[in-house]
Amino acid sequence: MNRFGLTFAVPRGALLDETLDALERIGVDAGEVRSNDRRLLFGDVGIVTMRPSDVPTYVEAGAADVGIVGKDVLMEQRERQVFELLDLGYGGCTMVLATVAGEPDPAAEALRRLGVMRVATKYPRLAARWLENTGRQAEIVEVKGSVELAPLTGLVEAIVDLTATGTTLRENGLVVREEILTSTARLIANPVAHKLKATAIDEVVEGLRGVEGPRGG
Amino acid sequence: MIHRIPSGTRDVLPDEMRELRAITDALRGVFERHGYGEVYTPTIEYESVLRRGDGGVQPAYRVVDDHGDVLALRADMTVPIARVVATRYQAAEPPLRFCYVAHAYRQVTPHRGQMREFLQAGIELVGAPGAAGTAEALTVLCHALDAVGLRGYRVGLGDAALYPALLSGLGVDEEHRERLLQELATKDFVGLEREVRELDLAGRDAELLVRVPQLRGGSDVLEAPPGPVADALRGLRDVLDLLEGSVAEHVIFDLGLARGLGYYTGAVFDVYDPALGEPLGGGGRYDDLLGRFGRALPAVGFAIGVDRLHAALAGEGR
Repeated sequence: MNRFGLTFAVPRGALLDETLDALERIGVDAGEVRSNDRRLLFGDVGIVTMRPSDVPTYVEAGAADVGIVGKDVLMEQRERQVFELLDLGYGGCTMVLATVAGEPDPAAEALRRLGVMRVATKYPRLAARWLENTGRQAEIVEVKGSVELAPLTGLVEAIVDLTATGTTLRENGLVVREEILTSTARLIANPVAHKLKATAIDEVVEGLRGVEGPRGG
Repeated sequence: MIHRIPSGTRDVLPDEMRELRAITDALRGVFERHGYGEVYTPTIEYESVLRRGDGGVQPAYRVVDDHGDVLALRADMTVPIARVVATRYQAAEPPLRFCYVAHAYRQVTPHRGQMREFLQAGIELVGAPGAAGTAEALTVLCHALDAVGLRGYRVGLGDAALYPALLSGLGVDEEHRERLLQELATKDFVGLEREVRELDLAGRDAELLVRVPQLRGGSDVLEAPPGPVADALRGLRDVLDLLEGSVAEHVIFDLGLARGLGYYTGAVFDVYDPALGEPLGGGGRYDDLLGRFGRALPAVGFAIGVDRLHAALAGEGR
C-alpha cells in the first residue's frame, strides 16, 4: 500500500503516463505499473489499472478510493455518484462535432432536407444532450471502434468524438464543425472514502494541486 | 420456466429473510425502547397529498383509479407520517415519536443496480426543536446501529442551511447562488472553484466559499472565525455537547453535506461505513414540512436502508 493508504484507479491509455508521473511526484511508487503493461492490480502500491471509462464505476462502488479520469468520461457518465476534486490540467483534448470536409456541410444538409442528422459516437449520451440543447434532431449511432470510419462509408453524416491534435480527423478527410467541450484529467473520489479517509484524500489533493498544469474548464 | 420481475425489485428467500428479520427486529427493539411507536401507512396514496411534501422525492409510480383520481406509490415514509400527524394527531401534545419499517418506491436509472422497491427503517421525532431534538435522533440512530452489530460506522453531521447562509452573508446574487448550489449538489468541486472565481469577491471570501464545503472530520472543523460560518457551526456544536460519549465517538462533521431532499432545513446527516461505497442511510431536520400539512411543528428523522445495512454488516464480517 502507498503512504496515503488509498487505492487509486488509474486509466490505461492516453492519460497513463502523465498520471503515473503525477502519482510519483506525490510519493506513490508507480515504477512497476510502468514496466508491466499486462498486470492490472498493483496492490503493494495501491494502484489498480483499467480502461478509462471504467474508472468512475470502480470509484463509485468504492472498489477504489480515488481515481483519475478525463472530464469527457465524467460528462458521459454524469449520473455517477463521485466527488470531482481537482482539475489535473493534463490530458487536454476537445470534444468536437466533425463531418466530411467541403461545402455544403453534409450534416446541415441532412438536417435541412431530411429533418434529422445521423451522428456516430462513442459518447451517445453526451452527443444526444449536445444536439438536443442546440435544438437539432439527431439519430445517435453508437460505435465501439474507429468513429472516423462512419461518415466515410455513409453510415452517418457527422461524428462526435474526442480530438487532441486533429491529425486523425484530417487524415480521414474530416473537419471540425463545432467544439462541444474541452476535457482534462480530473481527480475523483468515492463519496464514503471522501468522508472516512478525509485527511489522506486532502493530502493527495494538495500534493497534486502543486503538479497541475494550466487550469481548464 | 423463467418469469421475469421488474428490474429494481427482487425476491427474498428464507436464508436472506432470516438475516433481514434479525436486523429489523433489533432496530424495532431500539426504536420501541426509546419510545417510538411503530406505524404503517398505505403504500399507495393520493398523489396530490404526497406532493405537499414539496421538495422531497417525487413519487415515480402513478395510477389513475376508477374515479379519475391519481394515486401514487410513496417515495419515503417522512411525507406520509407528516400527513398522519396533521390529520390523526391534530390536538396531541408534542413531542410525538413514530418509527417504521416499510417499503418505499423510487424511479431508477437503467443498468445502475438501483432499487425501485426498498425497505427503510427509521424514526420521526415531531415537535422537538433544535439541538435537543437532533441529538435525540442521532442517539437513537447510533443505538440502533450498535444493536445490529455494525462497528466501523460514522455519522457525518452537517447543516443544510450553512452554505446558503454563507452565500447570503457574502451577498452572492440569486443567479450565481443557484449555480454554486448546483455544483455543490453534484459534488463538483472543480466546477465550484470555477464559479467562485467568476464572482467578484475578496480573496479571503472566495477561499471561504471553496474551502468550507470541503471541511470534514473531527470537532476541529467546528473552529471558525466570527461570521455566518461560525453562527451555523454553533448549532452543530450544541448538538455535539448533548451527545453521550458512545454516540459522539461515531459522529464526524461534514460542512459540505447537502442531502438531496429539498425539505431539510437545518442539521442533516448521512451514515457511512467503510465496508460500503455509498451512505447506508441518513436524515435531518425538516422544520417546515409539517406546516405544509397544517400542523406547524419542527421535526427531525432518519431512514436506514435495510438492504444497505445488511450489505455493510456482511462486508464488515469479511
